[in-house]
Amino acid sequence: MARDESIKRVLVIGSGPIVIGQACEFDYSGTQACRVLRAEGIRVILVNSNPATIMTDPEFADATYIEPITPEFIEKIIAKERPDAVLATLGGQTALNAAIGLHKAGTLEKYKTKLIGADVEAIERGENREIFRGIVEKIGGQSAKSIICHTMDEIFAGVEILNYPVVIRPSFTMGGLGSGIAFDEDSLRQIAGAGLRHSPTSEVLLEESIIGWKEYELEVMRDKSDNVVIVCSIENIDPMGVHTGDSITVAPALTLTDVEFQKLRDLSIDIIREVGVATGGCNIQFAVNPDDGRIIVIEMNPRVSRSSALASKATGFPIAKIATKLAIGYTLDEIKNDITQVTPASFEPTLDYIVVKAPRFAFEKFADADPRLTTTMKSVGEAMAIGRSFPEALMKALRSLERKEAIFKFPADLSGIDVAALLLAMRIPTEYRLQQVQQAMWAGANIEDVFASTKIDRWFLHQLDLINLRARELAQPAELTLEYLKSAKEMGFSDVQIAQLRGVNEDDIRKARHHLGLHPVYKTVDTCAAEFEAFTPYHYSSYEEETEVRPRTKPAVIILGSGPNRIGQGIEFDYSCVHASFTLRDAGYETVMINCNPETVSTDYDTSDRLYFEPLTLEDVLEVVHAETLAGPVLGVITQLGGQTPLGLAAGLKAAGVTILGTSPDAINLAEERGAFGKVLAEQSLTAPEFGMAASQMEALDIAARIGYPVLVRPSFVLGGRGMEIVYDNTALSSFIARATDITPDHPVLVDRFLDSAIEIDVDALYDGSELFLGGVMEHIEEAGIHSGDSACVLPAMTITASQQKSIRAATLKIAQGVGVLGLINIQFAIAGDVLYVLEANPRASRTVPFVSKATGVPLAKAAARISLGSSISDLRSEGLLPQSGDGIAKGISVKEAVLPWNRFRRTDGRGVDAVLGPEMRSTGEVMGIAQTFGESYAKSQISAFGPLPKSGTVFISLADKDKSSGLAPSRAFAELGFKLIATGGTADFLATNGLLAHKVRKNSEGSGPMGEKTIVELLNTGGVDLVINTPVGRGTRADGWAIRTAAVQRSIPCITTTAGFSAAVEGIKALQRGELSVSPIQEWLKK
Amino acid sequence: MAKAFLVLDDGRIFEGKSWAATGRTFGEAVFQTGMTGYQETLTDPSYHRQVVVMTAPHIGNTGVNTLDNESRKIWVAGFVVRNPSTITSNWRSEKDLEAELIEQSIVGIQGIDTRALTRHLRDRGAMRVGIFLDVDITREEMVIEVRKTQAMSGAYLSEDVSTDQTYVVPAIGKKRFTVAAIDLGIKGATPRALAARGIEVHVLPFNANFKEIQVIRPDGVFLSNGPGDPSTMNDVVELVREVLAANIPIFGICFGHQILGRALGFETYKLQFGHRGINQPVLDKKTGKVEITAHNHGFAIKAPPDAIFNTVYGAGEVTHVGLNDGVVEGLQLLERGAFSVQYHPEAAAGPHDAAYLFDRFISLMEKYPRAQAVI
Repeated sequence: MARDESIKRVLVIGSGPIVIGQACEFDYSGTQACRVLRAEGIRVILVNSNPATIMTDPEFADATYIEPITPEFIEKIIAKERPDAVLATLGGQTALNAAIGLHKAGTLEKYKTKLIGADVEAIERGENREIFRGIVEKIGGQSAKSIICHTMDEIFAGVEILNYPVVIRPSFTMGGLGSGIAFDEDSLRQIAGAGLRHSPTSEVLLEESIIGWKEYELEVMRDKSDNVVIVCSIENIDPMGVHTGDSITVAPALTLTDVEFQKLRDLSIDIIREVGVATGGCNIQFAVNPDDGRIIVIEMNPRVSRSSALASKATGFPIAKIATKLAIGYTLDEIKNDITQVTPASFEPTLDYIVVKAPRFAFEKFADADPRLTTTMKSVGEAMAIGRSFPEALMKALRSLERKEAIFKFPADLSGIDVAALLLAMRIPTEYRLQQVQQAMWAGANIEDVFASTKIDRWFLHQLDLINLRARELAQPAELTLEYLKSAKEMGFSDVQIAQLRGVNEDDIRKARHHLGLHPVYKTVDTCAAEFEAFTPYHYSSYEEETEVRPRTKPAVIILGSGPNRIGQGIEFDYSCVHASFTLRDAGYETVMINCNPETVSTDYDTSDRLYFEPLTLEDVLEVVHAETLAGPVLGVITQLGGQTPLGLAAGLKAAGVTILGTSPDAINLAEERGAFGKVLAEQSLTAPEFGMAASQMEALDIAARIGYPVLVRPSFVLGGRGMEIVYDNTALSSFIARATDITPDHPVLVDRFLDSAIEIDVDALYDGSELFLGGVMEHIEEAGIHSGDSACVLPAMTITASQQKSIRAATLKIAQGVGVLGLINIQFAIAGDVLYVLEANPRASRTVPFVSKATGVPLAKAAARISLGSSISDLRSEGLLPQSGDGIAKGISVKEAVLPWNRFRRTDGRGVDAVLGPEMRSTGEVMGIAQTFGESYAKSQISAFGPLPKSGTVFISLADKDKSSGLAPSRAFAELGFKLIATGGTADFLATNGLLAHKVRKNSEGSGPMGEKTIVELLNTGGVDLVINTPVGRGTRADGWAIRTAAVQRSIPCITTTAGFSAAVEGIKALQRGELSVSPIQEWLKK
Repeated sequence: MAKAFLVLDDGRIFEGKSWAATGRTFGEAVFQTGMTGYQETLTDPSYHRQVVVMTAPHIGNTGVNTLDNESRKIWVAGFVVRNPSTITSNWRSEKDLEAELIEQSIVGIQGIDTRALTRHLRDRGAMRVGIFLDVDITREEMVIEVRKTQAMSGAYLSEDVSTDQTYVVPAIGKKRFTVAAIDLGIKGATPRALAARGIEVHVLPFNANFKEIQVIRPDGVFLSNGPGDPSTMNDVVELVREVLAANIPIFGICFGHQILGRALGFETYKLQFGHRGINQPVLDKKTGKVEITAHNHGFAIKAPPDAIFNTVYGAGEVTHVGLNDGVVEGLQLLERGAFSVQYHPEAAAGPHDAAYLFDRFISLMEKYPRAQAVI
């Protein structure tokens, strides 16, 4: 058997930007694929537009194309590279759709290349619901009764047969996009209409409702010899009705007998065979009626999925790695199990622990979004935890989410808990439903009441009861004996929770616990329930007898990861942590990773020397430090690479006597605390925008009068741009304070001068205590006021002068010195007039580190890790990790564009949420375009992020008054490029007075005209517009702008909301009109 | 809950809490890695005299029901779990697991570090064990008590588990064949699998003689699974040789496989800790395919895995090997209708990948019809 030797060059298709439903699990799977293929001596060609991925690091492929993942661009790559095979089953739905596109366009045939893993026919059999249904029937399974529809008329006819509620599922979309449950005609019209639009084949499936049934997922692998194994079973605690990605899930399945489980296993095997997934992994979802066990096959994904990443981490069976080996011809029995080293991969992992995954949401970022959980996935990240019991794993998972609302509370006073109201509220699944359940049960609700409301299996509800019972015991004033404390820890109670129950503080409990000698032990994830020895130190904590941490002699460095993905803290930080681990391993240290995000490369068991899958809380980290200190020398902990999560732990760790490597907690505080940072700036004669702190509305108005409008206003106690707004006058300021804050002397409001139309600059730099290395100076395309994470940016900066560049470098050096940075620092500047303002400094790896590293070829995170451990910049220069001399230099022109999840959210009335950028970050991911000119690079970034910009057609322009002057030049340019301009009244008049002809259209609020003239929204809905320019006025949801933007988003029409973006689009379209956008691998760029 | 101790032959003691029936129990400590199927394990006669450690941490979640029993009672000598469920949640459940164990006087222990115990058994081998309540004997005395008990090597257990009298499981649908099944501790799933294929199964006691088989006029003889050391099974080995001489097709499973192996002249040996789980990969040497199978064996056959061997009954070969450790998992004769596997095609608990072996038995009965047999 063995490998197919005819495969010498493989094109791996990545999954593009992080979006809801398709996150960094595909970086994990793609990275594994690249590693496997290279180890086989195969030339790896990779396409992925996402610069924040590990897989797009130049060393992971022979030719890495950071280019749009569209059939057109991939064809160019195929033409150039002539791969023997294309591997598209590891890049999520994006890669699969691209593969189908390549097949349909005849590209695969034209270049005589083939898909490996799954062929187009198998993909279609798996994903086309009608065909899949037939397959399920053929193998003797059952599907939910359903009807395929292509029009609204068919949909209404269908519901006559199936009755309400009905489930609507569009074909060929990912993460359940566009699907939902309709309870009546209104909701049907709304969900099914959107579903038809989202489906690339305008096809939706109406289905009988099986809401409330038990939900299971099996991960299946097959090789070319037709050997099939089930890698993992996953049970959803939230029953049918909530998307698996939004459900709390547990592995293995816990409430099925063997007889029932084997039925699911048999069905899974028959399905993968019948669908004909030749090699690799797929997942199959089932619903089981809790009353009689009737099984319904819901769907299958003929590819590696989000669940595969979870299953890989949950079992230690690396699905993506093995899928890749199977794709090039190996069989399961020819592949060794990495963990045991002696047994083959042709087996089924068995677990002697429980894994719980909990989703993390971002509803607070989308205030008007419908918070109900449905069959459309809405979570932005997830945490996983492992324990030796379900309660232990669950409690760890909930604290891993880093949200205080997620942690179970046990108030002594029950008067505030309205059980009846909770029982009613929990009928509708929302982010904190399980917490509602626990609260209700704490206050006396019984299992049957809760089951009636939620249909959560009684077994899980009983476990919550046991947790509550233990909490009740802990609240008793009896002495905290070893046995007592141990039984609480076995249930997963944190020191914080125990402290709260006993009215003391966390530290007291920790001291008492340590005094009793009670520490967790660390068990190993080994795929085989200890049947064979494990050689990979992949650990989790539990309160039991025996620890499996092995002694070591090499000095260890502990790296803290960034926890669950969330908006503002995602894959970029994992990238930095992984880089640190790689480089420190190379430098001779033993690397120890702590993280709880199953989607990441950092939680792959072979990324670091040791992996602890643990929550990132002070307690959990301190215990790992303790265990590792017993195992051998520990140099310290790196907290500056994983974003705000580890940074927030630095002070506590230091106070507990742990060495923080790199920038000290004091320095971190200096940069983060506004007053202290102000002093640093003053000492270095640097300017910050004026600001003030107001304890009342009057004070706020006074401050605004002193510093001048517009002002940026926000409550002082939230971070990350939450609740920020830019206001232009007293009325708006007063209204914001009344609406969005709860202003008191304890909760003051920050009022900052807002630099209107300033250029915003982002800098990533390294500092070793004496020398500064300027990694990159990025210029934002959107002006200051748009959160840097949501703004497109370009490297090198395009409009700043040499002297401005010089003063930026000087200011960066001063701040790095003044703060006392050892490692990375990110600073945001604004240039307004001729003044350079310092907006903020973060003494840690930033979101842009991977982008800058890709654009300049300098591995900033690796250098930062080395600096943390005492290397100087000059050492690193002579070692070759940093350039011999000078700062980072961009190769070519690179544009980073943010990707926003507007199409994922609806308001409760079913209409879209407003697609407008602001000071609060809302993007989930990013893409990069790299080219010789700004226009080409920008065009590529737009194609990657939103789909193609139009080369011709109609552009709709609606400019706010403040944007009219800056919008004139690009409007003119569009006319010159041959576009037809249309505009609403004000803008059309403004353009006319400036000699530009724009066809006037009616506003939405004006309604259709007397002669049936369409409003802009109607025009958008009927496909008469190719590009929308709509700049909002302040933040007030002006109905017109909002209606235009949401209509554009729903119709997938590119929508630009800033004049800077408008100008950039001109350059992009020029590049498109000039003809071919060329492709070239990052390895070639870096040679330049 | 009272304190309880799990005491191993080599002196290691785990402390836990009493669970299920209270009292003392002894047996051979073995671990079982299945994540489902505790009820089938408990009622599998092959676990007779064994104290079973479940590696899956939550046991009892789905309670017990009548249909999933593999025999008339629970056979394990003791049951070791980490977290027994205090609630039952399944539409087929009839009774709580602990209540069932108490009713059948099965002593259990809970709350011990089952992973540490499993690692210990893996490294040191299956060994004698006792479960003790927190009574006033010393730890040393407990170890001495454990060492007084009989080891599994040399244990002859068939008479404990076998049926006293022959009974018949009728064929489902049209009857195609008659099979005499020698009950050495048979699981209910095997006659079910045979009956489902149109076989009338006559289940005979372990000490049935060849005449009693002949009376049935069987198309084939089935040798069941069961507990004990195969080296003690001389009588049944002789019986099997008579069946072989008479050219009646034979199918053996697990203990029955070891006995067929012995009848062909091979020796058996005790594995370090055995195979007990439902995730074991077995390679079918002829097809090159891997099946995921249910295992429960502490002994195995020594046979040449890579070459055709000669026996009194003609040439034979090893058909299946375990991929984890290369153990012989299947045998067949090339010139007569006899084959056997060390694992459990009847599953229960476990995957159904090997169910085709029952069809293979049918093909053998077709290939070697009764007319040719020397009966």
